[in-house]
Amino acid sequence: MKKDQALIDRLAEEARKGRISRRNFMHYSLAAGLTASSATGLWTTTAMAQPKPGGVFRLGAHDGNTSDTHDPGTYLSFSVIQLAHTYRAYLTLIEPDGSNGPDVATEWSATPDAKEWTFKLNERATFHSGGKVTANDVIASMNHHRGEDSTSAAKALLKDVEDIVDNGDNSVTFKLGSSNADLPWLMTDYHLPICPANADGSLNWQSGDGCGPYKLVEAEFGVGFRLVRHEDWHLEGAYFDEIVIQVLNDPNARQTALVTGDVDAITQLELKTLALLQRNPQIAIDNVPSAAAITMPMFCDTAPFDNVDVRNALKLSIDRQEIIDKIAFGTATMGNDFHHSPAMPYWPDDLEQTPYDPDQAKALLKKAGAEGLSVDLSVADSVFSGAVDLCVLYAEHAKAAGININVIREPNDGYYSDVWLKKPWCAVQWGARPTPDVMYSLAYKDDAAWNESRWQNARFNELLRTAKAELDDAKRAEMYREMAILAKDDGGTVIPMFPNFVYARRSNVMHGEQLAASWQMDGARACSRWWFG
Amino acid sequence: MSEFVIIYFALLVIASCGAAYYGQRPAFLTLFSLTLVSFVLGIVGGVSALQFVAIAAGLLAFAAGISYSFREFLVAITKGNLSKELKTAPLTAAFGMFVIFTYAIAGIFAPFIAPYGEAEVIAAAFAPADENMLLGADQLGRDMFSRLIYGARNTVGLALVATSAAFFMGATAGLLAATKGGWFDQFMGRFADVVMSIPSLIFALLMLSIFGPEIHVIIIAVAIIYAPRVFRLTRAVAGNVVVMDYIEAAKLRGEGTGYLIRREILPNATAPLVAEFGLEFCFVFLLVAGLSFLGLGIQPPTADWGSMVRENATLISFGVVTPLIPAAAIALLTVAVNFVVDWMLFRSSGLKE
Amino acid sequence: MGTLLFLIAKRLFLGLLTLLVISVIIFFMVELLPGDIAEAVLGMGATEENLAALRKQMGLDQPAPVRYLNWLSGAVVGDFGTSLISGERVTTIIGQRFMNTLFLAAYAAVIAVPFAITLGVIVALLRNTLFDRVANVVTLTSISSPEFFLGYILILYFSVQTGMFPAISSLNADMTFLELLHRTFLPALTLVLVVTAHMMRMTRAAIINLLASPYIEMARLKGMPPWKVIVKHALPNAWAPIINVVALNLAYLITGVVLVEVVFVYPGIGQSLVDAVSKRDFPVVQACCLIFAATFILLNIAADVGAILTNPRLRHPK
Repeated sequence: MKKDQALIDRLAEEARKGRISRRNFMHYSLAAGLTASSATGLWTTTAMAQPKPGGVFRLGAHDGNTSDTHDPGTYLSFSVIQLAHTYRAYLTLIEPDGSNGPDVATEWSATPDAKEWTFKLNERATFHSGGKVTANDVIASMNHHRGEDSTSAAKALLKDVEDIVDNGDNSVTFKLGSSNADLPWLMTDYHLPICPANADGSLNWQSGDGCGPYKLVEAEFGVGFRLVRHEDWHLEGAYFDEIVIQVLNDPNARQTALVTGDVDAITQLELKTLALLQRNPQIAIDNVPSAAAITMPMFCDTAPFDNVDVRNALKLSIDRQEIIDKIAFGTATMGNDFHHSPAMPYWPDDLEQTPYDPDQAKALLKKAGAEGLSVDLSVADSVFSGAVDLCVLYAEHAKAAGININVIREPNDGYYSDVWLKKPWCAVQWGARPTPDVMYSLAYKDDAAWNESRWQNARFNELLRTAKAELDDAKRAEMYREMAILAKDDGGTVIPMFPNFVYARRSNVMHGEQLAASWQMDGARACSRWWFG
Repeated sequence: MSEFVIIYFALLVIASCGAAYYGQRPAFLTLFSLTLVSFVLGIVGGVSALQFVAIAAGLLAFAAGISYSFREFLVAITKGNLSKELKTAPLTAAFGMFVIFTYAIAGIFAPFIAPYGEAEVIAAAFAPADENMLLGADQLGRDMFSRLIYGARNTVGLALVATSAAFFMGATAGLLAATKGGWFDQFMGRFADVVMSIPSLIFALLMLSIFGPEIHVIIIAVAIIYAPRVFRLTRAVAGNVVVMDYIEAAKLRGEGTGYLIRREILPNATAPLVAEFGLEFCFVFLLVAGLSFLGLGIQPPTADWGSMVRENATLISFGVVTPLIPAAAIALLTVAVNFVVDWMLFRSSGLKE
Repeated sequence: MGTLLFLIAKRLFLGLLTLLVISVIIFFMVELLPGDIAEAVLGMGATEENLAALRKQMGLDQPAPVRYLNWLSGAVVGDFGTSLISGERVTTIIGQRFMNTLFLAAYAAVIAVPFAITLGVIVALLRNTLFDRVANVVTLTSISSPEFFLGYILILYFSVQTGMFPAISSLNADMTFLELLHRTFLPALTLVLVVTAHMMRMTRAAIINLLASPYIEMARLKGMPPWKVIVKHALPNAWAPIINVVALNLAYLITGVVLVEVVFVYPGIGQSLVDAVSKRDFPVVQACCLIFAATFILLNIAADVGAILTNPRLRHPK
């Protein structure tokens, strides 16, 4: 076979810029006439160049408010979550391959009933101000979110924790009221970084001290942050010498800053311009399937949604492929009305996809005696970019089934306090959660405060409880499969898609082969995982 | 040298000679200076610059032609004084009237003119223009042209009603304040200060959050936001008139406030008010676009020019013209309205030149 | 002159009263807005329990009038309180940002006001000529698109394609004045484009409105050149509406620029206000609004005084 030198050169160039995966590289190299071993050699010399330290990494981040603070209990905007993963560290973290890995805790184990979890702390972990990270600090960091007068948004997350004890050997034990096999996953939640404790056991979050890869030098919330490497960081990585995070709320400002080279990477691309930005050879785009979701919960106890046939008719009246093409511009995974994305563990891959079938929807409505159904769907521009358009498109699809969906644009301001959980049908965006248990317990459990569809299904809730205590992965997977079927066929939530995380960098910025799917920017850890090539 | 350049200069030179021969001084000066400028432009910018000039000139000539015919058309169908007045209208004013006329027709007969419904999805996202879709498709694959037509109805209608309401409230209060003076003047002045010092987007947010995002609430909110501006202007202009001797004389004659306002003050304050109307009208489009920035604008899928610009604004960074189309629709109407306003201004000033 | 000073003093006093009224309105506006600060801070993470705890911590369990009076008693002695969210002093939060906003407004005004008025006089002089039409079309077109869109277009030409000016106007402390001017040129230019048309057209309208007056006729018959007639005779009598529109636009440059701040990432006060409103951080909202209101009232007083000074009849009321 003749070697196609032009193609090989182009592949090498693409690989050097990190714009091609190893798998595709090998595939095309073989097609271009290289032998497998020389292709591997070429890959290692070009793309897999070892991370090298140095440089100032300037990141343009969206969603920053001048009213943000260092308080981990009220972390909300993305720019602060990005910052939190850069200057602070957590007990455990999500690895690029999606597994649960060590951070401040080096190892952990549970009693067989999953009611007690012991985390062993890393001896090398230190705060930027100098002190070692102790069991005391971990306990104060957790207690900040617990107790009567805690103002933390993570209070519900740690509801089951009854006590946290210092074992005296640089380890802590969490004692739970009920079994939870997912506690180590919970510890990756962005609200739960480890901060230094005060003498009285309260948490010192105000100083902006942390034990993460970079030390905060300057901070102006809603404007930007400057950080330098914490030389004694306890993990591998932190290749950049210095990090500058600049808050760029406007999508056009972010994009322009990247194109003109004012920043090295940006979060959250405007999907409308994705195809146009892709043409720029200086820019590499990362498109990562995620566990974030768009949901449209209907109140299952409110007419007309109290009839399962009506709910299923609405699920059949949405053309998901067109939604993905026109709203996400191809960057999303199709949803199937159960809140469990392929980017989460235990995903059941053999369930039948609900099609767009207006005729069947009509038949179901006839059966329910609800022909000519007319319903209101509330949405706001701020839910996600394209949210209103998505609902307008859905309304067009539903017309074919004789359903009139009346799209109501609610004010951005106060959407989550006035519309969500209050209006019988609305659109919501959920951030990525690490496991199906966390997600289902938050928003689908019968007595959950955020049971957004008010769905009550005895079998589903029983399975949820059993699966939570089950340490055997195969059995758990089987239970989550059954729950998925229940949610899909009986539940009250339409889930059109799981949007991907789409972000971009200058092509001289390198990253590993896989990107974590927990947050944008490699699980919000781009600053400590990426490097300049 | 391409054929285009040869024809371009040949036409210019012939036209200049023609103008000179028939003694059309301004036309000759314009044409000949264009010829000279074209030499320089051709050297600096090449053929494409000349093509641009040719297209611009063509468009201008086309617009002038349409304006001229439209004016003659209006003169022909009207009678008496109106007809005489219209004869004196400059071409720019005729152009303005033509555009307003077109927009009005488009707005009133939108459902008959637009080939598709305003919410109808018929193509892929951002599909290019073809024989079915004059201007291509928007982000959802709806026909851009149909949405523009419907936008004329929704946006212009809303702006017209809101601006008129603002002018009615503001001008009445301003005239009363100027003539009555005293505590009423002070009170209204302070009241206007209060409304104006609250940033308009925040004010609108409050109104719409409390009364719900209905169309009539939007109109009232916009009217309240703009009324104080009109009030202040009216008050300032009328304040200058009120101290004139003839007003003094009228007061001594024992004329009532109503008479003073109608017969003495209003005629002298109309010009700045009309000028203001032309601009405020355009600002309302932008305020409505700003409202949709807060998620408060007109309910979807109703087409609205301001929101249409906003939805696709970022595309402009790649030189894509989609967001320019609704922006151009707004600009054309603004320019047209103000051309007509200029003419009315000129007439009311009583200048004869 | 004494009466004028008295008038200014009276207006200043009334201005203070206006501020008081505004502070009441703003307070109850924020109260009336759906949702409260605790819900806004916790977002989707809000539950009944942590909401109650947060409300207590912020003192929201007190009735609204009490909270207003508490704030007012501080405000009258110059203490605008602390942000409910970060606990920082309001003056520290918005002080620097307000200076930035003033700088940008001054930058734009220094270019726009003389430019607009000169252009207005010229087009009034050359009324109904091609130049008049072109100037009008250009300025009207520039105000016909939303200002963020204008900003995008300027960024496209001046920074992405030619690289003449930076697309992002973020500031830092060790910039020289020239650097500062260079860095903030695009936002200033956007604002200039936004306000010029209004002022220019008002100048033009006010002058043309006077041109048929007998005294202008007289001056013209005396053989005065047209530009002199306009500058010496028409302009002085046209100041009242012009000054009014200028004041209006200056106020807009300070209070209405939040979209320009967002587009150019300029750290001005508008962003603080929007953030504070969405978080219901009342002391910050109140301080921003009062600063805006005070600016506005001062400019209005200046405009009214200007109108009186330029009109002798108003200067000497009978």
